[in-house]
Amino acid sequence: MTSLYDELGGAVAIDAAVDIFYRKVMADEKLAPFFDDVDMERQAAKQKAFLTMVTGGPANYSGKDMRRAHAHLVAEGIDDSHFDAVVGHLAGTLKELGVDDAKIARVGAVAESVRNDVLGRNPAS
Amino acid sequence: MPGRIRRGSLDLVLEPGETVLEGLLRGGAAVPSSCRAGACQACMQRAAAGDPGAASQQGLHPALREQGWFLACVSRPTGDLTIADGEPPAIGAAITEVTPIGPAIVRVRLEPDEALSYRPGQYVQLIQDDQIRAYSLASSPVDGPRLDLHVRVHRHGRVSRWLAGAAPGARVRLRGPAGSCFYTEGRPEQPLLMVGTGTGLAPLYAIARDARRRGHTGPISLVHGARDPDGFYLVDELKRMVAEAGVFRYVRCAMTGEIGGEIEVGDLAAVTLRLFPNLKGWRVFLCGSPDWVNALKKQCFLRGAGLKDISTDAFLTAPTPAPPRAAVTASGR
Repeated sequence: MTSLYDELGGAVAIDAAVDIFYRKVMADEKLAPFFDDVDMERQAAKQKAFLTMVTGGPANYSGKDMRRAHAHLVAEGIDDSHFDAVVGHLAGTLKELGVDDAKIARVGAVAESVRNDVLGRNPAS
Repeated sequence: MPGRIRRGSLDLVLEPGETVLEGLLRGGAAVPSSCRAGACQACMQRAAAGDPGAASQQGLHPALREQGWFLACVSRPTGDLTIADGEPPAIGAAITEVTPIGPAIVRVRLEPDEALSYRPGQYVQLIQDDQIRAYSLASSPVDGPRLDLHVRVHRHGRVSRWLAGAAPGARVRLRGPAGSCFYTEGRPEQPLLMVGTGTGLAPLYAIARDARRRGHTGPISLVHGARDPDGFYLVDELKRMVAEAGVFRYVRCAMTGEIGGEIEVGDLAAVTLRLFPNLKGWRVFLCGSPDWVNALKKQCFLRGAGLKDISTDAFLTAPTPAPPRAAVTASGR
């Protein structure tokens, strides 16, 4: 089965998606404070890696990577509501790019699989 | 296999995905860096042994590549890499002319010992005695080998005051060019927005001229910010560019002054966003003080400009007194 990453058009399409996705995240008052002081290029690179992963592209994120990358945000108080908001913007971005609902749901399921890692929780809790 | 880097007494194994720059910083080394994307060359290092990877040498001058220079921010070695201590090479240059062109701003004209290959809008590191400052190039290679810098003369500026008083023939050394803030061909119809504070005008002026020379047909808008209405310079030249063929808009914005005149009054970012509310599809250049550049960059992105279509050059000011070995090379601009 071809991945959504390939269907979207690979790396080039993901670049376009990153701009849309990142803009949505930064325009979100609830999320914006966590992005205030970050280097925009580095952040975009991370978001590209994230979008590549959730669309089934060539990415090698491990759960440990996700934990480490978000540990400082967990300390600053991110919780399920922030995670839900990001997943919402992810769905909105894909919708804007003309992706159908069934595929968006598939991507949502992949994003869901890293929720506990991002929020620094044990899977059981 | 994860890379392992050595530099002086530092010896560490890189984590998966980690760059040499990140490794050096993690190990406590003082390495300057800016773009972290393989463009600005601020983090350039020299490999004494081992392979830093082809990607980290892409775009470097062949002579530098041969000597092992590479960009640490995009280097992900897979084996052992020994990094030499020491500074990147520099070329000599003579000052030929120092001309006041604005309030506390002089144009310093230099004749380098060997022609410098650069893009208008890039910057050089100017070395005078034991001091290093970054200055943007306001000239273009089509003007000949001479280089023009716009230098703000700071009241306590060690380098800027020396430059302002330098006699023709005085010698400095130059390193570079560096920086990714320059015009790129390929989309001649794209609207361009250039916004700068103070001597941030130097690169923008160079980029605007370069864009036109390379056949840019889309509208070009240049917004220059100054504290006071009398703080502007190059006004006649820029007005002349408005009068010439093509769509060129020139806006001056002062923080204080009389409202309703030729000069916009208010916060530069607010005025810019009022005049240019929708930047979807635009290419944006921002040059000047870092806080302001970063804030406006974000706003331009939110207003629709693509992240890859926004080029910035944040001018850092030298701390006084300067630390013996600063991790960040100061700008005197």
